[in-house]
Amino acid sequence: MNTATKNFIDLYTREREVIQSNSSEIINGLRTDAMLNFKKLGLPSRKLEKYKYTDVQKYFEGDFLTNFDRKPINYEPSEVFKCEVPNLNTVQAFLLNDSFYPTIDKKELLPKGVTVGSLSQMADRFIEWFAKYYGKIANTREDALVALNTALVQDGVFIYIPKNTVVDVPIQLINILSGDQSTLVNRRLLIMAEENAQVNILMCNHAVSAVDFLQTGVTEIFAGENAHINFYEIEETHSRTHRFNSTFVHQAANSVVQVNTMTLMNGVSCNNTNFHLAGQGAHADCNGMTISDKEQHIDNITLIDHAVPHCTSHELFKYVLDDKAVGAFTGMILVRPDAQHTNSEQTNRSICLTKEARMYARPQLEIYADDVRCGHGATVGQLDEKALFYMQARGINRDEARLLLMFAFVNEVIDKINIDPLKEHLHQLVERRFRGELCNCAGSALNK
Amino acid sequence: MEEANKYVKEFTQEKYKFGFTTDVHTEVIEKGLNEDVVRLISAKKNEPEWLLEYRLGAFRHWLTLSIPTWAHLRIPEIDFQGISYYADPTAKKKDGEIDPELLKTFERLGIPLNEHNALAGFAVDAVMDSVSVKTTFKETLREKGIIFCSFSEAVQEHPELIKKYMGSVVGYKDNFFAALNSAVFSDGSFVYIPKGVRCPMELSTYFRINAINTGQFERTLIVAEDDSYVSYLEGCTAPMRDENQLHAAIVEIIVKNRAEVKYSTVQNWFPGDSEGKGGVFNFVTKRGICEGEGSKLSWTQVETGSAITWKYPSCILKGDNSTAEFYSVAVTNHHQQADTGTKMIHLGKNTSSTIISKGISAGKSENSYRGLVRITPNADNARNFSECDSLLIGDKCGAHTFPYMDVHNNTAVIEHEATTSKINEDQIFYCNQRGLDTEEAISLIVNGYAKEVLNKLPMEFAVEAQKLLAITLEGSVG
Repeated sequence: MNTATKNFIDLYTREREVIQSNSSEIINGLRTDAMLNFKKLGLPSRKLEKYKYTDVQKYFEGDFLTNFDRKPINYEPSEVFKCEVPNLNTVQAFLLNDSFYPTIDKKELLPKGVTVGSLSQMADRFIEWFAKYYGKIANTREDALVALNTALVQDGVFIYIPKNTVVDVPIQLINILSGDQSTLVNRRLLIMAEENAQVNILMCNHAVSAVDFLQTGVTEIFAGENAHINFYEIEETHSRTHRFNSTFVHQAANSVVQVNTMTLMNGVSCNNTNFHLAGQGAHADCNGMTISDKEQHIDNITLIDHAVPHCTSHELFKYVLDDKAVGAFTGMILVRPDAQHTNSEQTNRSICLTKEARMYARPQLEIYADDVRCGHGATVGQLDEKALFYMQARGINRDEARLLLMFAFVNEVIDKINIDPLKEHLHQLVERRFRGELCNCAGSALNK
Repeated sequence: MEEANKYVKEFTQEKYKFGFTTDVHTEVIEKGLNEDVVRLISAKKNEPEWLLEYRLGAFRHWLTLSIPTWAHLRIPEIDFQGISYYADPTAKKKDGEIDPELLKTFERLGIPLNEHNALAGFAVDAVMDSVSVKTTFKETLREKGIIFCSFSEAVQEHPELIKKYMGSVVGYKDNFFAALNSAVFSDGSFVYIPKGVRCPMELSTYFRINAINTGQFERTLIVAEDDSYVSYLEGCTAPMRDENQLHAAIVEIIVKNRAEVKYSTVQNWFPGDSEGKGGVFNFVTKRGICEGEGSKLSWTQVETGSAITWKYPSCILKGDNSTAEFYSVAVTNHHQQADTGTKMIHLGKNTSSTIISKGISAGKSENSYRGLVRITPNADNARNFSECDSLLIGDKCGAHTFPYMDVHNNTAVIEHEATTSKINEDQIFYCNQRGLDTEEAISLIVNGYAKEVLNKLPMEFAVEAQKLLAITLEGSVG
C-alpha cells in the first residue's frame, strides 16, 4: 500500500467520530463500506488503465488542512465574491470549500416545490428519499476516488425539481476554494429532476487563496422520464488546485441530459463523467472543452453506457494545449447486448501549440449489439496554415488570425450551451483567456 | 456469376478443410518446461554457447512474469507444464531425405515442396511442428546473394548475422510470450537481402502444427539491407483437435536505408469447433524497425483462424522519412476471440504511418482492435491516419475499438476514425433479389468491405484470403 493511501486511511480512522458527528445519518451510513472499498482499491497508480495519464497518488501526498468539525462561515460570500453572468438572472447558492452557505440569493425566483439546499440538512429531512437515491449510482466498488469521497464527505448541495416543473431561471452554484494553507475539500452534489421537469444548472469553480487545494467531488444526477437537465460546469481555479471529480448520470426514458465541462484555468483536473442510459429514447450529450497552458494538466474520462435500445448519445471534446500543458481524453461508448438501434457519436479534437504540449487520446468502443451506428473520431494537429495565410492575406496579423482560429475551434463546444447570455459570457472569457488577460469573472487572486 | 457462386458454395460447404493430421513418426520430447528442456532443445539444434545463454536468460526472465491480462480476451488457464516444447517429424530419417508422408501433407495443403510443381515466383520454407522440413529455391536465391533458410540452419551457417540481429527488435524482456518464445523457440525462417537487391520472387513460410499436445514457437528474422526489397508471406494451419494448442511466435524485421519490406500473413490456425471447443491460442509478437532513412515496412494480415488471437504487428519508425503501413482484416465467428491491432512508434522526422483495420464479428465471437500511435518529441512532421471499421453480423457478438494516441510533438497530424455498424440489409436484399442466398450475399458484402486490405495481398494469397473469409463466416446466419 502506498503512503498516500495509508495517510488517508489513517485520517479517516482518526477523524471518524468528528466527521460523523458533523454530518447526517444517511451520509454516515455509507462510510464504512466506502472505506473498506478504498482500502481494497488503494489510490490508483498509473498502472491502472483508467488513470494511466494522471498520477493520482502524487497529488494526494502531503499534509492537508481539513474542516471536519465544520467551522461556521463568518462572512457573506456574495459580498466578497461576485460571479455574475451579465444579462442573466440566476438563483445563486454558495459552497465555501465543502460547506454550504445557508443564504440563497434570489430564492424567490424558484417555482414552488423546487428545493436547493445543503445536502446534509436535506438528508435529515428527506430520510426515505435519500436512502433510495444517495450514493446509488456513484459506485464505490470500482473507483477509489469515489470511495474516498463517499467516506469523507460531510456536505454538499442538493437540488430537487418535482414532477412537471420547469425552472426558468438557471440555478448557479458557486464553489469557492479558500484557506490559509493546503486544504482538502470533499464535495458532493445530488440532483434530481422528476418526470417532465426541466432545469439548467451552472456550476462555477473558483479558488481565491494562493495555497494548494485538493478537491474530491462526486455529482449524482437523476433524470426522470422526459426530464431535461443541462449541467454546465466551468472551472476557473488556479495552478495549485488539484481536482478529482466524478459525475454520474442516470437517465430514464426520453430524458435529455447535457453535461458540459469547460476548463479555462486549473492546475490538475481529472473529470470522470459516466452516463447510464437506462430508459428507451434517452439522449445524452457530453461535451467538454479546455484551454490549457503552462503546466496545466487535464484528464477527461467519459463512459456512456447504452443499456437499453433506442438511445442516442453525442460527445464532443476539444482541447487547446499551449506551453507544457498535458491533455488526456478517454471516451468509452459501451453498447450492451440488446441495446439495439443505438446511435452514438464521439469526437475529440485537439490542438497542440508548442513542442512541449502533450496530448493523449483514447476513444474507445465496446459494442455487443449489431443493429447500431457508433462512430468515433479523434484528431491531434495544429492550426490550419492555409486559413492563417488566407487571413493574413486579408490584412489580419498572424497573432490575431491564430486567435480567431482557436476561438472558432473551441466555440463549437460553447455553442452547445442553450442559455444565450451565458454563451456570450463564455465567448468573452475564452477570448480574454486566449489573450492572456485576467478573467474578471473570478476575481481569483492567482489568475494570470 | 455462376463461377463465383460455385466457388463460394464450394468453400462454404466445408468446415475447416485443413483439419487432417499426418501420421508420421515424430520425435516429441517430454512434456514440461524447465532449464533442462531449454538446454535439451539447444543441444538438439547443436547451438553455440551464446545462444544457449540467451535462451536461459529468457527462460529465467519468463519465470518472473505472469500472463498479460489487459487484452479484451477470456484466456483460459494455460498449463505451460502440460505442453511438449519440441516435436520433430523429420527425426526418423537421418540421411537428409524427407518422409514422403510429409511431402504429401504439404501437397494436400497446396504447398508443393517440389520445385518443378511450385507456383511460379514463390520460394517456400515449410515448417512442421518444431522443424523446418524444406526450403525451396534456395540455390536460385543464393545466386543473388539472398539468404533464405530455416532459422536453425542460419544459426549454423550465418551465426554472425543471427547474433547481430536476433532480439534487436523484440528483446526477450518485451513481454510474457516473447520471453517464452526466446527460451524455447525451435525453428522458423531467416531472410537476408543484401544491399541493392530486389528479391525476384515472393518468399514464404508455411507453418503447420501436427503433433498432439505440443506448442509451436517459431522465430522469423528478416534483414533488408540498403535499397533492397522483399515481399514475404506467412501462412499457417493446424489439425482439428479438441485440446487447445499454443502458438507463440516472434517476428523481427530490420529495414535499412531506402529498403522496403512487405510482410503478409494469412492466419488460419484451427479456430475450434462451432461450440468453441479446441482451437489454437495464437500469441504472437511481431515488430519491425524502419531503421534507415526513407525505409518502408508494410504489414498486411488476414486473421481468420485461432480460438484466441493476441497479435500486434508493430513498426518503429526510426529513420527520417520512413513509412509504415498496417492493413488488417480480422474475422471471428462462433466462439473465437481476437484482440489485434498495431503500434506505430514515430521517432524520426517526416515519418508517416497508415492503419486500416477491418473487423468482422459473427456468431458469439469477440473482435477488438487495439492500437497505439505514439509521436515522440523529436518526430517532427509526423503523420498518421487510422481507420478502424467493425462490422457486426448477429446480435450475440461483440466489436470493440481501443485506439491510443500519444502525441508529444506539435507538428504531428494524427487522425483516427472508427465506425461500427451492422451488415447492410438493403445490400443483402439486393443480392437476394438477384438469386444469391443470404449466406452468399454476406460473403460477397464482406469481401467487398475487406477489399481495401485484400488488395494489398499478393495475388495468389488474395484469392485464398477471399475464400477463407467465406469459410469463416459459414454458418453465421440463420
